[in-house]
Amino acid sequence: MPESNPRHFDTMASDFVIFTLAKVGAAFAVLMFFVAYVVWVERRLSAAIQDRLGPNRVGPFGLGQPIADAVKAFLKEDVVPAHVRKVWYCLAPALVMLPAILNLAIIPFGSKLGSQPMVIADLNVGILYALGIGSLSVYGIALAGYGSNSKYPLLGGLRSCAQLISYEITLAISVVPVFLWAGDLNLSCIIQRQAGTAPWLPLLPNWFVFQSPLTALAFVIFLVAAFAETNRTPFDLPEAEQELAGGYNVEYSSIKFALFFMGEYAHMILASAMLTTLFLGGWTLPIAGLDRPATTLAAGLAHIAIFLIKLVACMLVFLWVRWMWPRFRYDQLMDLSWRRLLPLALVNTLLTATWLWFRSLV
Amino acid sequence: MSSPTTAPAKPTQSAPTTPEFFQVKVDGRVVVVPRLSPDWRGQLVPTTMIQACFAAGVMVPHYCYHPKLPVAGNCRMCLVEFGTPVLGPDRKPLLNPDGTPKITRAPRPAIACATPVMPGMEIYTNTPTVRAMREGVLEFLLINHPLDCPICDQAGECKLQEYAVDHGLAASRFVETKVHKPKQVELGPRIMFDAERCILCSRCIRFTRDIVGDDALGILHRGSYSTIATWPGRAFDNNYTLNTVDLCPVGALTSKDFRFQMRVWFLKETKSICTSCGTGCNILIGSRENRIYRYTPRQNDAVNSCWMCDAGRLNYKWIGRPDRLKEVRGPGGQTRVWSAVLAELAHRLGQAPRGSVALIASARQTNEELFLLKKLATRLGAITDSIPREGQADPLLVSADKNPNSLGARLLGLCYTEMGINLPRIAHGIEQGAIRTLIVFGEDVTRHGLAPELLARLDTLVVSDILPNATTALAHYLLPGCAHAEKRGSFTNVKGRVQRFFKAVEPPGNARPEWEFLAELLSHLTGQPAAPSLEALFNQMAQEVPAFHGLTWTGLGDTGLEAKV
Amino acid sequence: MIVRRDRLTIWERLYLTAIWGGLKVTFRHFWRTVVRRRPVTVQYPEEKPVVPPGYRGAPYLVRDQTGRIKCVSCQLCEFVCPPKAIRITPPGPEIDPTTGNVEKRPRQFEIDMLRCIFCGFCQEVCPEEAIFLMQDYSLTGLSRSEMIYDMDKLLRLGGVHLDPIRKWERKAREAQAQETVPPTLP
Repeated sequence: MPESNPRHFDTMASDFVIFTLAKVGAAFAVLMFFVAYVVWVERRLSAAIQDRLGPNRVGPFGLGQPIADAVKAFLKEDVVPAHVRKVWYCLAPALVMLPAILNLAIIPFGSKLGSQPMVIADLNVGILYALGIGSLSVYGIALAGYGSNSKYPLLGGLRSCAQLISYEITLAISVVPVFLWAGDLNLSCIIQRQAGTAPWLPLLPNWFVFQSPLTALAFVIFLVAAFAETNRTPFDLPEAEQELAGGYNVEYSSIKFALFFMGEYAHMILASAMLTTLFLGGWTLPIAGLDRPATTLAAGLAHIAIFLIKLVACMLVFLWVRWMWPRFRYDQLMDLSWRRLLPLALVNTLLTATWLWFRSLV
Repeated sequence: MSSPTTAPAKPTQSAPTTPEFFQVKVDGRVVVVPRLSPDWRGQLVPTTMIQACFAAGVMVPHYCYHPKLPVAGNCRMCLVEFGTPVLGPDRKPLLNPDGTPKITRAPRPAIACATPVMPGMEIYTNTPTVRAMREGVLEFLLINHPLDCPICDQAGECKLQEYAVDHGLAASRFVETKVHKPKQVELGPRIMFDAERCILCSRCIRFTRDIVGDDALGILHRGSYSTIATWPGRAFDNNYTLNTVDLCPVGALTSKDFRFQMRVWFLKETKSICTSCGTGCNILIGSRENRIYRYTPRQNDAVNSCWMCDAGRLNYKWIGRPDRLKEVRGPGGQTRVWSAVLAELAHRLGQAPRGSVALIASARQTNEELFLLKKLATRLGAITDSIPREGQADPLLVSADKNPNSLGARLLGLCYTEMGINLPRIAHGIEQGAIRTLIVFGEDVTRHGLAPELLARLDTLVVSDILPNATTALAHYLLPGCAHAEKRGSFTNVKGRVQRFFKAVEPPGNARPEWEFLAELLSHLTGQPAAPSLEALFNQMAQEVPAFHGLTWTGLGDTGLEAKV
Repeated sequence: MIVRRDRLTIWERLYLTAIWGGLKVTFRHFWRTVVRRRPVTVQYPEEKPVVPPGYRGAPYLVRDQTGRIKCVSCQLCEFVCPPKAIRITPPGPEIDPTTGNVEKRPRQFEIDMLRCIFCGFCQEVCPEEAIFLMQDYSLTGLSRSEMIYDMDKLLRLGGVHLDPIRKWERKAREAQAQETVPPTLP
């Protein structure tokens, strides 16, 4: 409890500022590092699935490839075509990248490291923040298509926007049963609720994906909607090279294009992080007491490591699925969202609410 | 090929008189042919089946036949089948039940080049028998013919190649050893002969003996060893030997000058006129990428039939000489641009007082250029003349006048009938100081009475030429012109025929066709616009010059038109 | 024709069979590439791909087994070459005593490798089997003029081609044999 000693309050405030800045810096650095190396993983994994080697020349195992690509992106000529609307054209890539970075704020990477909670902003309504910020990425794509002032980017941008908006709703509704089940909107509490092993099968961890068929259904719908939100196969028609003349990023080059590209991977990482947090237990593991907030530095680091491993596993699923399944046609995609997943999510919510009310009576 | 002409017929002695024109059927197509047609000498002889086929538009393959040579009939390539109408006892044709005349097919084929037609005859040029005969003839010809196509100059214009593709067998049945004969034989100073390739059509022998009148060639040995050779003691060196190269259907006779120079399919063929003498033989300039490789004659029955002389044929090398004049030079010898020089020249000439200008045009210039020069001379009040060039004539083609356009110079008023009689007057005028400006086009006047010291006295010496000479060295204004192969225009030959020619190669450097810069110069002088194109210029000349009334550029066509001399 | 669209089973409509099938295929390929180490990639330039016979690489001129340049400057390849990469200077009228009974040999033969499209028409059309498209696919140069190969370079790179027919030698032999039995003998 802070006393009315201004000096103590100042120290606390300055500590808070310093530690928050450190966490922000660290989270941002890790995110950027992951974005760069997820590309590397994607390229090598895709290559492995396609009977070829991926980049293996730049550095050992091609690990220097992302650095080389970054250098190239910075040195490449940034062409701003004469016919674009300059302000929106230059603003759009930033608007696409921004929500992904902003969403980092509420993700719990670990429990505690020393005395610091390993989440930048432990909001009580974290999920609302996440969904709200996530909606902002639609602006970026719409502006990219509009600002390019050209047919194909505009059409590609509009399609992409429509897809994103449709699946946002599904995303939001699909995640409601989880919060009903947990009883709390705070993300750290969600993770706490996933401690231990599943009551009906002690081999499985007590993650929401295993806890009940209703939350498992919520997991599936959330997963599908996450694929659609990040424009990944099988929902990547707006940016499919084979089907379109390119999509909303056609008129972009060099660093702006790189920003779109990185934005997509950042969104993917964030989606994986949300998946991990909401359904896969976040930083917990039901062994060796790792499902309680850390008291030692080692446990704290272990929690962060566990979170990152789960994140990477989700990412691998994202990457693997790209080469497994053919993409949806646009009308099939919209059909899936509005006529099948949304009703399903609504029914799921209803059932969860009914079940919980029923359980509370008993 | 000769078209049916309206020749007045002499009534024949035999009782049934055949009409002057009658119908003959070639491959089912009816064609009307005259009974008599001119032969290689122009005399009227019975029309042959091959002439009837050509009139009907059917191409009968042949080697030894040539419309301008006496008929030999030794190659047997033009064998065709025919049928004649059956005449009843009353000498009227019998009819089939459906009304068509009854035709008996002849049991044997006939060579079309030597067999006269008769009324109602039907000629079949594409029956299986005819096709088999052609295959047979070609097979026989190819038995001893060497596999020289990759190195033979005739490839691309070889009748044996063409007929073998069209009418021959695809595979050879010949497994024996071919007869080998001398190759690379220098038959004459300009002819290379390859005995193995010869198919013994005897066109070269007939041409040299009958057309040129020099009986130099004949066939030695016999059977498979027959070879063309010069008779012992005779040389094959007349002035028309290279025509045998055109005549030879295969690559046996080749031009030593053109040998191994370029494949003929690369050559662009431009219609032009030979400029070595006043006859103006029609030629084709074979050029590739602005280099001339050869001249070949074009057929023009009014001028040169199908021939040209060797001297004119080989006279193309000077066009590609590296010392050609390429740059416009102004006073002091600096290189100038055309627009500036023409304006300056127009100004200077415009200021020259009347009677102080002389103009020497060349009879090697085209009609259009001489027309413009005459306009210039009239405008400046200049004394004009041209320079004659005389040489040896011969009974066949070569004219004694070695200028291609003497008659043009005369008709356009640049000189009198006796060319060159004004030259002493011009020289005197320069010496006296009366003539201060001299314009020379295409001639080296220092060799014709105007010594360099005399020329040095002039205020303005304007020279336009192609190759450098003593006159161009002294010029104040040097305007580089074009050879006839580098411009379009027309010449009038010694018989008054106006013939046009086209551009084959690009002029070197900054050289321009004379008619172009003369028109510009005149428009600077007179203030009137120049004729926009050569066609317009020619038509204007035709209107203004009485000798050329009624001629048009397009009307000149490929064979030219007669001027009213 | 009418396309039959069969009704899908419940598993197919839930895409479960498709999901499982996809997983099997991708996993199989992953296993093959990563665990069994058998990608299809040929790591050029350390590993070079095996070039099949009949591969159309760069065109070169050949000599026959006696060392004679087989090309007789017929210029058919120059004519047939679609991008006009070949440029031949014919020998001209002077008689070259070194050509023997072949009579013709090119004075200069240039192929602009930057224009060549490696179609093989020149090899197809050559009547003397003098130009062949060999297995050389890696052609580099530091300037455009370096990539115009002249006759020396083409002959050097082309090497020797065994000619089983030897048309010209045979012709010379036959002509020699016939000279001992001249036709004018009785």
